[in-house]
Amino acid sequence: MIEVRGLNKRFGDSRPTSVHALRDVDLDVAKGEVVVVIGPSGSGKSTLCRCLNRLENPTSGEIRIDGRPLPAEGRELARLRADVGMVFQSFNLFQHKTVLDNLTLAPMKVRGVGRAEAERTAHELLDRVGIGEQAAKLPAQLSGGQQQRAAIARALAMRPKAMLFDEPTSALDPEMVGEVLDVMTSLARDGMTMVVVTHEMGFARKVADRVVFMADGEVVETGTPEAFFDSPATDRARDFLAKVLSH
Amino acid sequence: MDVITRHLGEFGDGLLITVELTLLSLAGALVAGVIVAAMRVSPVAALRAAGTAYVETLQNIPLLVWLVLAVFGLPEIGVMAGLFTTAVIVISLYQGAYMAEAVRSGINAVPVGQGEAARALGLTFTQSLRMVILPQALRTVVQPLGNIAIMTIMNTALAAAVGVVELTAAANRVNLAEAQPIWIFVTAGLLYMALSACAGLTTGALERKLAILR
Ligand SMILES: Nc1ncnc2c1ncn2[C@@H]1O[C@H](COP(=O)(O)OP(=O)(O)OP(=O)(O)O)[C@@H](O)[C@H]1O
Ligand SMILES: [Mg+2]
Repeated sequence: MIEVRGLNKRFGDSRPTSVHALRDVDLDVAKGEVVVVIGPSGSGKSTLCRCLNRLENPTSGEIRIDGRPLPAEGRELARLRADVGMVFQSFNLFQHKTVLDNLTLAPMKVRGVGRAEAERTAHELLDRVGIGEQAAKLPAQLSGGQQQRAAIARALAMRPKAMLFDEPTSALDPEMVGEVLDVMTSLARDGMTMVVVTHEMGFARKVADRVVFMADGEVVETGTPEAFFDSPATDRARDFLAKVLSH
Repeated sequence: MDVITRHLGEFGDGLLITVELTLLSLAGALVAGVIVAAMRVSPVAALRAAGTAYVETLQNIPLLVWLVLAVFGLPEIGVMAGLFTTAVIVISLYQGAYMAEAVRSGINAVPVGQGEAARALGLTFTQSLRMVILPQALRTVVQPLGNIAIMTIMNTALAAAVGVVELTAAANRVNLAEAQPIWIFVTAGLLYMALSACAGLTTGALERKLAILR
């Protein structure tokens, strides 16, 4: 479903302060697979996620979605992005639109779905993520957890082939993390292809088919959650796990 | 006071022309401003350069010079338009440069995540600008746009210099007949103040109505 080969990303290429955020990253995500990406801050997890739908332009390397290379820009790219849902740390719901309109905008404008059908789908999805009653509210009237669930529903409204999550629970109060992870877990159970950047080790252990550990822009280690958490192969992964699991 | 009551008709006609000039120019300026602001944030370098050149050229030459140039220059290149129409077009384009800057600052105030979320959903750059960014940007710049509206009201007086008989020109004509400049121009001034008060009230009402909950 997603194939990444030799992906490099440098920020500020011409400047002496340039950052090599991704170094020769290879990654394969099969259809229906849930890949959890973990690693220390600044290791390039967000950059990888953003390169996958070209919110960030890779410096070099190849990305294929469903066998097709990711187009550089324009309508082709827009069409491909429509097939890959993205959920952000800061929700990014459209502030001036109701929750319902957040869900119907892209299906109507990008997919050409009629309003009635778009609204029917939107209500179904909002019910599915447990916020059916909030449809008519503005994003700012919702709690963080509700906003993030609405954002997930908005991405699902496009009927994507895969979903990218960039630390979807990092901006949430602790008591709301569970409700968002529950939605993501049920999505994974339903067979959605997912790439999830997260610091939630419990979720990684329980839901991931594969864990990818990144450090300094490289994929250092990859394996099943059991193998990774119980017997990490590299020192860097051991150090990292010691730090995050110590509290 | 009789000078005024005796010439109510002239003042009324002048005021009407001023209001028409203002409303038409504002509509034109808003359209020009939004288009130029969109060019200035577009991913296409040539469009950005054109947008910048537009703003720099329009803002760095006085409106009066543009008006005179248009009134005498347009017929030279074969464009025949009435004085009123010429004034509307020139004031629109001129105020459009200021509108563009205000709208652009509004666009920059919209969190980048809004545009990223829109594009991640498959909206094109133009669609995200039109449906997600601009509606939020315009709401945040109601106050600066209101100030530009007031500036536009005042600037319509320059149309008098190229022969449009708006409020200032009407006052001037009355004065030529009556030679009572104080009364006549104080009256004109009060009428301008009343117009800008209307603009101010409208701005305030719009701002309250359009405020976005964040
Ligand atoms: N727009 C940018 N301009 C310049 N440097 C950037 C930019 N975005 C990211 N970087 C740099 O790239 C590197 C990787 O950043 P990235 O955000 O991908 O890390 P991350 O693993 O997601 O970290 P975190 O866990 O803190 O979110 C960092 O050194 C960061 O400073
Ligand atoms: Mg990150």
